[in-house]
Amino acid sequence: MTETIMQQCAGAPQDMPVRRGAARRQLVRRGAVVAGILALVTAAPFLPLDPLHLNPAARGLGPSLAAPFGTDLLGRDVLARTLTALAVSAQVGLAAAAISTLIAVTLALAATFSRLAERAVGVLTELALGLPHFVLVLMVAYAAGGGMSGVILGVALTHWPRLCRVLRHEAQTVAAADYVRISRALGRSRFWVARYHLAPHLLPQVVVGFVLIFPHAILHEAGLSFIGLGIEPHLPSIGVMLADSLRGLMAGHWWVAVFPGLGLVFLALSFEVFGESLRRAADPVDGGA
Amino acid sequence: MLKATAITHRFGAVKVLDHADLFLAPGQIAGLVGPSGTGKSTLGRILAGHLAPLSGHIEADGAPVGFGPGRPCPVQYAPQASELSIDPRWRVGRILENGGAPDQGMLEALGIRPEWRDRFPRELSGGELARVSLARLVLPTTRYLICDEITAPLDALSAEDMMTALRALARRGMGILVISHNYGFLRRHADLVMQLQHGKFAPAGIA
Repeated sequence: MTETIMQQCAGAPQDMPVRRGAARRQLVRRGAVVAGILALVTAAPFLPLDPLHLNPAARGLGPSLAAPFGTDLLGRDVLARTLTALAVSAQVGLAAAAISTLIAVTLALAATFSRLAERAVGVLTELALGLPHFVLVLMVAYAAGGGMSGVILGVALTHWPRLCRVLRHEAQTVAAADYVRISRALGRSRFWVARYHLAPHLLPQVVVGFVLIFPHAILHEAGLSFIGLGIEPHLPSIGVMLADSLRGLMAGHWWVAVFPGLGLVFLALSFEVFGESLRRAADPVDGGA
Repeated sequence: MLKATAITHRFGAVKVLDHADLFLAPGQIAGLVGPSGTGKSTLGRILAGHLAPLSGHIEADGAPVGFGPGRPCPVQYAPQASELSIDPRWRVGRILENGGAPDQGMLEALGIRPEWRDRFPRELSGGELARVSLARLVLPTTRYLICDEITAPLDALSAEDMMTALRALARRGMGILVISHNYGFLRRHADLVMQLQHGKFAPAGIA
């Protein structure tokens, strides 16, 4: 027993760089996948694909070399529609995640100004967290008139609280830390403390928060579009495609649901695991800042 | 002269300092001994302006103790847990330059190696961190230094080296208050040793 513990203790320092190196390689791999997806969906509108082209002669065809993802009930190419829909999803996701992150950062920083501001932000955050999430998204999207801007606003205005709570806690911890008091006693200004102590602590959380809001945003976009409150029905979107696919599924056309569904899962999952790797890498204890 | 007069501070119902007076002369090394919970660290923080006392007055060389942007405090406090007093995201080089260019003589006296500058705090031992934490506080403006249990994570030889470095600072006119649990250690190194008794200072001795 003693020998085992001693062996473990002796092995630990040598193992750590190996583990850290493996984590970093994993982060690079996952980052490359995310970058590849973003490049593909960004390039989608420029590819020789027409997601709106109707071909009555090729309605409801299964996957083939000519149409690898098959065609839907109106004879439209499912591959072209899936790629274009993912591009729309990525745009909605990026815009919603960016606005959400901006709200979270602004409120978290505002909370550090005074005790009153801290309490006000705290109450607002807890209130927003306490309300049913999807109902709130629905209400905001509906109030904003639906469509792409409605989805973006709906997701952006409902996804900041968790990140805000993390950032507020991080900012409070840093502000109360001994090293901040020492920096102030060594003649450094509040601005200097914010630049050199607060920003390096908050930035990784902000980036990770942004990346982790992204999959939520695209899943909500699909959900809202599925029930008709999201992207306009004439535009290709995963939610619209899945809603349309119900009729196809009854006719045995599995490909009209499976491929767009898998595309959505792959897009959301790749951002989720990339965000997780990023979080680990940003942790000065767990990873390596 | 660092003069703290009629310092009173309490935590809830517990009065840790009760109209305590303390005088520390330039070039003097004073020791403060006592069991945990008697207010030694609280006093250290109060002297360096990290904590405002409930009442009392502190002045260094005739001016009230304070600090502001571009105006470092003449009294610096080295906390007990050096790993918590250092930003974990900074490299050692930046930590040493926390308040400006570090004192080269102090770096050499404390055995701080140039190759540490590129390392993160987690890549140094507790003793090495304690030395880095102390070295950054020695600025040209630092007149008094409060060292709170800074030799605790050090082995006996390193602790002696650190005290030698502090003695060199004292010879340059810096007043130093060393807080420790170890009465024998303070007897060896300090010019006088005090203890906190019922919130006031008293000469320390083995009871």
